[in-house]
Amino acid sequence: MTTTDAADTRSYPVGRVRSAVTGLTLIVLAPLVITGAINLQQFQKVYRAKVENELRGMIERHSLIVDSFIDDRLSDVRVIAREHPLERLAEPPFLRRVLSLLREEYHGAFVDLGLVNSEGVQVAYAGPFNLEMADYSSAAWFDDAMANESFISDVFAGLRGSPHFIITTQRVVEGELYLLKATIDFEAFNALVENIRIGRTGFAFIINLNGEFQTNPHFEVALNRPPYIDVLDGGLRSDRITVIDGEDLLGRPSIFTFAPLKQGRWLLCYQQELADAMDEVRQMSRLAIAALLIVSVGALAISLVMSGKLAVRLAAADHERTVMTHQVIETGRLASIGELAAGIAHEINNPVAIMVQEAGWIDDLLQDPDPASDDNLAEIQRAVGQIRTQGDRCKEITYKLLSFARKTDPSVRQVVLNDAVDEVIGLTSQKTRYANVRIATELQPNLPPIQASPTEIQQVLLNLVNNAIDAIERPGGTVTVVTRAEGDAVLLEVRDTGKGIPEANLARIFDPFFTTKPVGQGTGLGLSICYGIVDKAGGSITVESEIEQGTTFTVSFPRSKPSDGPPAATANEREGQ
Amino acid sequence: MIEPSVLVVDDEVQFVETLVKRLAKRGVKVSAAHSGQQALDVLAGSGATRTDVVILDVKMPGMDGLETLAAIKEQHPLVEVIMLTGHATVESAIEGMKRGAFDYLMKPCDLEVLMAKLNQAAVKKREHETKILEARATLISLRRGD
Repeated sequence: MTTTDAADTRSYPVGRVRSAVTGLTLIVLAPLVITGAINLQQFQKVYRAKVENELRGMIERHSLIVDSFIDDRLSDVRVIAREHPLERLAEPPFLRRVLSLLREEYHGAFVDLGLVNSEGVQVAYAGPFNLEMADYSSAAWFDDAMANESFISDVFAGLRGSPHFIITTQRVVEGELYLLKATIDFEAFNALVENIRIGRTGFAFIINLNGEFQTNPHFEVALNRPPYIDVLDGGLRSDRITVIDGEDLLGRPSIFTFAPLKQGRWLLCYQQELADAMDEVRQMSRLAIAALLIVSVGALAISLVMSGKLAVRLAAADHERTVMTHQVIETGRLASIGELAAGIAHEINNPVAIMVQEAGWIDDLLQDPDPASDDNLAEIQRAVGQIRTQGDRCKEITYKLLSFARKTDPSVRQVVLNDAVDEVIGLTSQKTRYANVRIATELQPNLPPIQASPTEIQQVLLNLVNNAIDAIERPGGTVTVVTRAEGDAVLLEVRDTGKGIPEANLARIFDPFFTTKPVGQGTGLGLSICYGIVDKAGGSITVESEIEQGTTFTVSFPRSKPSDGPPAATANEREGQ
Repeated sequence: MIEPSVLVVDDEVQFVETLVKRLAKRGVKVSAAHSGQQALDVLAGSGATRTDVVILDVKMPGMDGLETLAAIKEQHPLVEVIMLTGHATVESAIEGMKRGAFDYLMKPCDLEVLMAKLNQAAVKKREHETKILEARATLISLRRGD
């Protein structure tokens, strides 16, 4: 295993695991967010209803207060008009006393008192202004006051030039009609309404049906815009409390409330920015969003950290597995070499024995009385030649063995199966010779190459051929190795005429450590390793067997595309390593 | 010092040839065979009496060393056999000794050691033959009633 491989196996799952875990976290968080949003919306609706209810209650209460304030003042004036004889009411000192009494009682709500005759002339007056004998016959309120037993005017500037409104009540004495008129202090009345303030932006004011302000609004209001214009046009019912949404002068969404006063002749208006009215909801949603954010960020952070750890652990496991697989393959390969070793040792031992023998023979000859005789020299020359020949034989065998025993190289390149078959058959020739097995090959010329590790393919072949040779118990069997291209696949067949595999074992032959060989002779890893290697190369391995007839292993590799990898190293390159 | 008569059996022709030359130089009567079957043929042809010791390679194609040993012991029980083995086949040599081989030698072997073992084996064989002859003589004299 190279460092690059290790780095690859580690970096590869980290990103994958992390994104998987993050995705999972988001999936878990999504319902939370959705539920939160729905809850918030629902809460907003409920709260909106609550706000509306409160507004209705508030405005109703205040309209009652205003109405009763006006009614009480009217009753006061009526009581005074009924209680006292007209002569007394016409005496300014008496009026002054009554006025001061009223002012004491009602904290200055009353400004002045006056008695007006049917011609509109104020015959008696008590108050801060000099209005005795003032003529009201042409005043806007005079006709109404004459027509009604009691009358409450709109707010107007009048003769004195400051806003006020008046209350009148009739008193008939001997067919003559008089009006007792009281002026209500605008400031006192205005304070009643102006003090209605809720939140930052809520304020109240009174208008009459002509669209004239009866009290000062705290903020600027345009009565020629909806919803006021709608109310004044009668588009909205003004005889009961109404709550509607709209926009204020600056276009901010606001909530408007209207309540009728004075039997519908005035309107108590209340206006508040929606955001202000729903401030609690806003704070609540802010809190909820903050909580959700904290939870989400926390969950994401935890999942990222955990996934990082998980990924590292997975990578470690992956790495371990790769190393393990590699070790298993390595072990299997060494086992295969072990099986070969007996044959190879003998093969090497034979030339060595010959060399020793020849050297001994030269020794013998040199001890002759006449070692330099022509015969002896020729014999010595022959012996030396023989030693050289046998030495070459040894070299060839060791190279063959080394080319296989060299550490496996898992790097993938183009492999031509035919070359691998030739190599492996060369390697097993000794074994087949002593086992009296004939090896036949049917190799398709110009076989397309496959993509695999050459050493691993060599191992697959060696395992299959070794097994095939072992399967043949009686002398004279044949192992046939076939290669051929079929469609997009390159097939390798190893066929033997051996004892066959019992059906009960067929399903298990690719299992690791399954072996039928005597203890110490087989690791049970050979076929399982073959399976792993072939699988890794994208191929498949199948087996057909008939008892006493033989077994055929068929390996199918995908044909390599021309663009894939470098061609296999030549035999010379390998020997050089 | 007896002069043993030896048969060398090995599938390595070159090995056999040189060994034969060296043994011959030491006054040993040597013949050669390159397979188990050939060895049996030589023994059958020349008569077991003419061969004292067979030097037999354990690992040969066709009939291997152990099979050949069994055949020799069956057909020519008096002939002594020295097994010749490589490192990997010492077990076979031990097995061979259990089945009646005189001794074994590991390849490549020192010729002097081989000579010593050949002589011991030949002596043993000759003693065997002598004992058999004596036994026969005793038997004959018993029959004669001396």
